[in-house]
Amino acid sequence: MIFDIEYETMPREALESIQLKRLQTVLSHVYATVPFYKKKLDDAGILPGDVKTLKDLQRIPFTTKQDLRDNYPFGMFAVPMANVIRIHASSGTTGQPTVVGYTARDIDTWAGLMARALSAAGASRGDIIHNAYGYGLFTGGLGAHYGAEKLGASVIPVSGGNTKRQAIIMRDFKPTILTATPSYALHLAEAAEEMGISFKDLHFKTGVFGAEPWSEDMREEIERKLNMDAIDIYGLSEVMGPGVSIECIEAKKGLHIFEDHFIPEIINPITDEALPYGESGELVFTTITKEAFPLIRYRTRDITTLNPEPCVCGRTHVRMNKVSGRTDDMLIIRGVNVFPSQIESVLMQVEGVEPHYQLIVDRKDNLDTLTVRVEIGEKLFSDEVKQLQQLESKISKDIKETLGVSTRVQLAEPKSIARSEGKAARVIDNRKI
Amino acid sequence: MQTEQISIFIENKAGRLSDITGILSKADINIRALAVADTSDFGVLRLIVNDNAKAEEALKNSGFTVRKTRVVAAKVDDNPGGLHRILDILKNAGVNVEYMYAFIQQSGDKAIMIFRFDQTDEAIKILLNNSVTVVDGSTLSAL
Repeated sequence: MIFDIEYETMPREALESIQLKRLQTVLSHVYATVPFYKKKLDDAGILPGDVKTLKDLQRIPFTTKQDLRDNYPFGMFAVPMANVIRIHASSGTTGQPTVVGYTARDIDTWAGLMARALSAAGASRGDIIHNAYGYGLFTGGLGAHYGAEKLGASVIPVSGGNTKRQAIIMRDFKPTILTATPSYALHLAEAAEEMGISFKDLHFKTGVFGAEPWSEDMREEIERKLNMDAIDIYGLSEVMGPGVSIECIEAKKGLHIFEDHFIPEIINPITDEALPYGESGELVFTTITKEAFPLIRYRTRDITTLNPEPCVCGRTHVRMNKVSGRTDDMLIIRGVNVFPSQIESVLMQVEGVEPHYQLIVDRKDNLDTLTVRVEIGEKLFSDEVKQLQQLESKISKDIKETLGVSTRVQLAEPKSIARSEGKAARVIDNRKI
Repeated sequence: MQTEQISIFIENKAGRLSDITGILSKADINIRALAVADTSDFGVLRLIVNDNAKAEEALKNSGFTVRKTRVVAAKVDDNPGGLHRILDILKNAGVNVEYMYAFIQQSGDKAIMIFRFDQTDEAIKILLNNSVTVVDGSTLSAL
């Protein structure tokens, strides 16, 4: 169901005219109230009044995560502290946390957008929402909570953790909607199973999963194991929190971005140029209704594409595809952008391959080479060398077809690739540039 | 009539073969025959040992990828043309030899060759019909 029929199905022309008006307002606002933006615009030689079309937005400099860190904690706030009624902060796993603030109107806007999101996933008044996103500085728990209340659903603020109690609540309170990170949802299913509680006997119809990237394969797994529709939700605390974009239950193909509040762009992360619809690049957001913490051309470092095609659900807002990677992990091999996650998804398509791999980048005679080391388990091991070589060339061919980059595939002994060091060990870049 | 062989995946790096012989020696396993097939990146080590189950367990516990394969051990006349006679029989029957290697010990005046065929059962039948002696696994271990 569409929660806000007027705005969510607004014809593009009307939507774009609202976007421009709101963009102009927010630009004058930040120019007057945030020294960081005033300096950025002055240095770039552009004034808020110079922005006459949506395309003019491209002349404005980007804002980065580093800018937010440099202005820690409240330097980017655009209203007096007395007007801020809520503060959230990102986890800061890669450095200093980033702090965001909300006015009363911001909280109301957010609740409205989250209500739209839940509604797009099939929730409505009368549903019981089991909200297993963490409550606290993280935006997930409270974001989903306020949206659920705005929608008029009954919300169980169970938060993260204490998995056994969650399973009992799911059995006894009979919630119909689950909101959680996808990895926690799978954990919950395993724990419930161990306690003799099967998701088949529960009352869930839909789960709204986000706050971490997840693949189509994982969607299938969740839908099978948890016996519910799995919907992807996207958001980041800097931009607002959960509810920036959502898949509709009708299509489950791409996440509608609420464009009356956010202007999305896709840029080439190397050259910084704006890319047309359909091309893969870094997602950039400008918030056009937020008061306390507006963001202008904020680089999310998430890689995706935008799809403007009309959707069966009736929404006119552009769809972003599932996030396929992060610019932080991106490798450039002979000019081709390669994400470890893309290689992983090719490997997972090959029967019997385990997700233990390593990418080694080298430069020989001024040419980049990419070696993919794949551990060979018992399922794949053949006693015959030619079959193993066929396997290597099959993987190499699949990668070439999907990513357009030539690789050398090397089979490796089991457990020879480091496990515990996390993402970093996946890629070894030996290039001296 | 067939024999079991153990195949192990090894990366081409220094010391890997000695790691394996070390594990087998510690498990008190005697290697009766072996062959290595290799490429520039990796190799497959094929072994006939006196106790397959024990060898497989010891190697798996040390994290190796191990697999058992069915091979055929056949007695070959230890004189000029001995091996050729057998290969000729197989060629005429259209049986493909994937690979082969020699067993270290002789059996009387005969040499023993280990063969890997694409159709193991068919190959055994043809060899027996042509009065070639095929040695089964337990006899081989006892040699």
